[in-house]
Amino acid sequence: MNPPKLAAKALAVNPLKVSQPMGASLAFMGLGRTLPLEHGAQGCTAFSKVFFTRHFREPIPLQTTAMDHVVAIIGADQNIVEALHTVAQAHAPAIIGLVSTGLAEMQGADIVRSIAQFRAVHPEHAAMAVVPVATPDTLGNLESGFALAVEAIIDGLLPKSACAGRRPRQVNVLASAMLTPGDLEAIVEWIEAFELAPLVLPNLGDSLDGHLGTDGYSAITDGGITRAQIASMGESAATLVIGPSLSKAAEVLTARTGVPARLFDSLLGLERCDAFTLALSELSGRAVPARLERQRAQLLDAMVDCHFPLSTARVGVAGDPDLVAALTHFVTTLGAEAPVVVASAKAASTKVEGLIVGDLQDFEREAERRQVDVLIANSHAAEAALRLGRPLLRAGFPLYDQAGGHTRAWVGYRGTRQAVFDLTNLLSGSRREPAPYRSIFWQGTPRADEAFSPR
Amino acid sequence: MNAVEIEALLDEPACGHNKKGKSGCAKSKPGATQGGCSFDGAQIALLPIADVTHIVHGPIGCAGSSWDARGTRSSGPTLFRLGMTTDLSDTDVIMGRGEKRLFHAIKQAIDQYRPAAVFVYNTCVTAMQGDDLSAVAKAASSRWGVPVVPIDCAGFYGSKSLGNRIAGDALLKHVIGTREPEPVPEAAWRPGVAVHQVNLIGEYNIVGEFWRVAPLFDELGLRILCTLSGDARFREVQSMHRAQANMVVCSKAMLNVARTLRDRYQTPFFEGSFYGVADTSRALRDFATLLGDEGLTRRTEALIAREEAVAQAALAAWRPRLAGKRALIFSGGVKSWSVVSALQDLGMTVVATGTEKSTEEDKARIRELMGPDVEMLDDNDQSVVVGACAEHRADILIAGGRYLYPALKSRIPFLDINHERDFGYAGYSGMVELARQLAATLGSPVWEQVRRPPPWAQARPATLAA
Repeated sequence: MNPPKLAAKALAVNPLKVSQPMGASLAFMGLGRTLPLEHGAQGCTAFSKVFFTRHFREPIPLQTTAMDHVVAIIGADQNIVEALHTVAQAHAPAIIGLVSTGLAEMQGADIVRSIAQFRAVHPEHAAMAVVPVATPDTLGNLESGFALAVEAIIDGLLPKSACAGRRPRQVNVLASAMLTPGDLEAIVEWIEAFELAPLVLPNLGDSLDGHLGTDGYSAITDGGITRAQIASMGESAATLVIGPSLSKAAEVLTARTGVPARLFDSLLGLERCDAFTLALSELSGRAVPARLERQRAQLLDAMVDCHFPLSTARVGVAGDPDLVAALTHFVTTLGAEAPVVVASAKAASTKVEGLIVGDLQDFEREAERRQVDVLIANSHAAEAALRLGRPLLRAGFPLYDQAGGHTRAWVGYRGTRQAVFDLTNLLSGSRREPAPYRSIFWQGTPRADEAFSPR
Repeated sequence: MNAVEIEALLDEPACGHNKKGKSGCAKSKPGATQGGCSFDGAQIALLPIADVTHIVHGPIGCAGSSWDARGTRSSGPTLFRLGMTTDLSDTDVIMGRGEKRLFHAIKQAIDQYRPAAVFVYNTCVTAMQGDDLSAVAKAASSRWGVPVVPIDCAGFYGSKSLGNRIAGDALLKHVIGTREPEPVPEAAWRPGVAVHQVNLIGEYNIVGEFWRVAPLFDELGLRILCTLSGDARFREVQSMHRAQANMVVCSKAMLNVARTLRDRYQTPFFEGSFYGVADTSRALRDFATLLGDEGLTRRTEALIAREEAVAQAALAAWRPRLAGKRALIFSGGVKSWSVVSALQDLGMTVVATGTEKSTEEDKARIRELMGPDVEMLDDNDQSVVVGACAEHRADILIAGGRYLYPALKSRIPFLDINHERDFGYAGYSGMVELARQLAATLGSPVWEQVRRPPPWAQARPATLAA
């Protein structure tokens, strides 16, 4: 396999990448009664908030330490102490995710020390957990920031233990940033079909699924995995890790608790769904439920029915590494080619032939050069799709020009089937037909003046 | 249409079916019949005439489920794509208002759409109640000054093939010979290239496939007066009688048109096909032969040599992916052998072919291509065809749309070659498209996936074609 190609250029045009702190903050949004606190200038947080608000169509719990020009020079430790105290007083969250940004990291901020300082000054907030995570935006992307936060959460909230399997029906799920709230709901149902009890970390499916709760607006997360649940993950029978970006977090969890982990690159596509179903059957000792067998048979039917357009299709994919790897694998299992795959950043775990690390300009140019039939990317690619005259299947972050993008379930037999249908439908408009031919013998006849109206 | 007229249409002297063996015009067997009726056949044959409004006279059963279902393409007007029916109600039938309603329907179509002509199709209920389609058409035509053509094609008259013939017969009676063609445009004359006028009968421009072939006709100086009926115009159908040679494309369906044009106007015709490299070349050669122009023959040979070289070069890429694959073909008439030679040319093995609508002549050609022991399938039942695929270990079934889902349910790769298909395969470049589609479906990774049992199933009964 050739190493990923980095676009050699000084200017990123139409960025595909979203910053690490945003990914870390997002991970904390899947924890119950939690508020992510970004240590940086206030703009980072404002932008993040707008970005996620448009994507999820939800109020986004997010605060900032609001570094200014003075503390940028003399040190901003006091901002952290003050911000933690303020947030604790105002909202009494169970957990604060302290997320560093590029400015703080450049400055050399030691956020762990600042937390110790806060503890010393404010013993009254001892019950509130604070989980620090270092996520400079000079590195990585949303997905890697998310993964670093998951690692930090395990490190900070899951005590060392040796009681793996004490709760034999409980399984942990480490869910990568590529999974939507809709995906997580589907995964929970899938696991519960085997009479297992899943603990999803982080559980955006419970917090940002878009539910109109009885308590109205909340400045902290409404739903998500609780601190107590996280603490009990050491007693689970197994950990199911979905997304290669979380393999490091999985290692930390296993080292800490002895709970064995099983890694799944994605849950999109027949074979990958089968692997997950088989694992659940083995873990639970239960036969595969008839309902799942039926859903599988429905997927097979869709794959066969739709293979005609898909087996000659050329698909362009852009997004974060876990997602592009999953989508690329998926479309190739349908017989399509993926001649253009662009990832937002390098990821050691992503093995896609011909992968380009770049932006949406690279994506657009390559898509044009390699003549792709359909694009899969986030909403920012809509204009490129328009310019190329190619349809766009929306996936990843952000999805701001459609309702419900974040509730879509891609995983599982049903999610896969829907993706098969959607790709097929999008391709139906781009079928190659011969252009109308006008005979030389029509000159001067009424046919010479006819206007062509397609179809 | 009375019984004598139907009998006369069924007796087509130019048709090989007349001589022996099963015929597409044979009586249908109650309880074991597939395929469309005469109305279906007539509508399919004429609908592609693009500047005509097509009105189905009858209750909703006939047009409701059949309009907007054909893949034919027009380079200009799209009037033919509008679904139109008199949508007769109970009261219309009981009160005998069918004719009146049709008369007003024709007026509405003319007022709203200004068609070149209006075609009205008779159906079972209106034929049964005795609506006089011809009289209404005549009255409407003289009242509004637009040609109105009655097509008396009630479904119960017989099969789809009969309907094709009824359609041809209606054109011969009412349309062909009613206008002279435009003179050959000055700019279309080229030094050393004589212009000959020809018709193509039974070519439907499915998914625009004829546009792959049309430029070759221009190049050779063959002016197509009319294609019946793909991308055709009413005025072109009117002038069909002025052709110097006719080709019946890929179907016996409208053979009566070619035969009658020969009898009435001494226009020679031949039967041919644009499927496959060899057949396309043969068709062009046959035109040159019929027209007896030495210059044309020379230019035709040069064109064939050039186009075949281009096609063979393009096909070379697909050959390795197709060589040795076993195909079962189930398609009527000419396609039963014309596609055979096309597939053999790609290195594929044709294990059996359907001969449901083939003539003795077709069958002789099949034997010539596939050897004397070739299996010919006569039974068009889906289970029989799918069963034959398993028996012959076919890698792919090539047939019409109604075998598509039965094949897929049996996990057998499939290629549609009938008129509902999504891709055009005519001509030299169409052959490359055919190879591409064959390779795509045969090489699709879904087959392996859907045949494999789930990892938790130890033993599962093997599926049919696995």
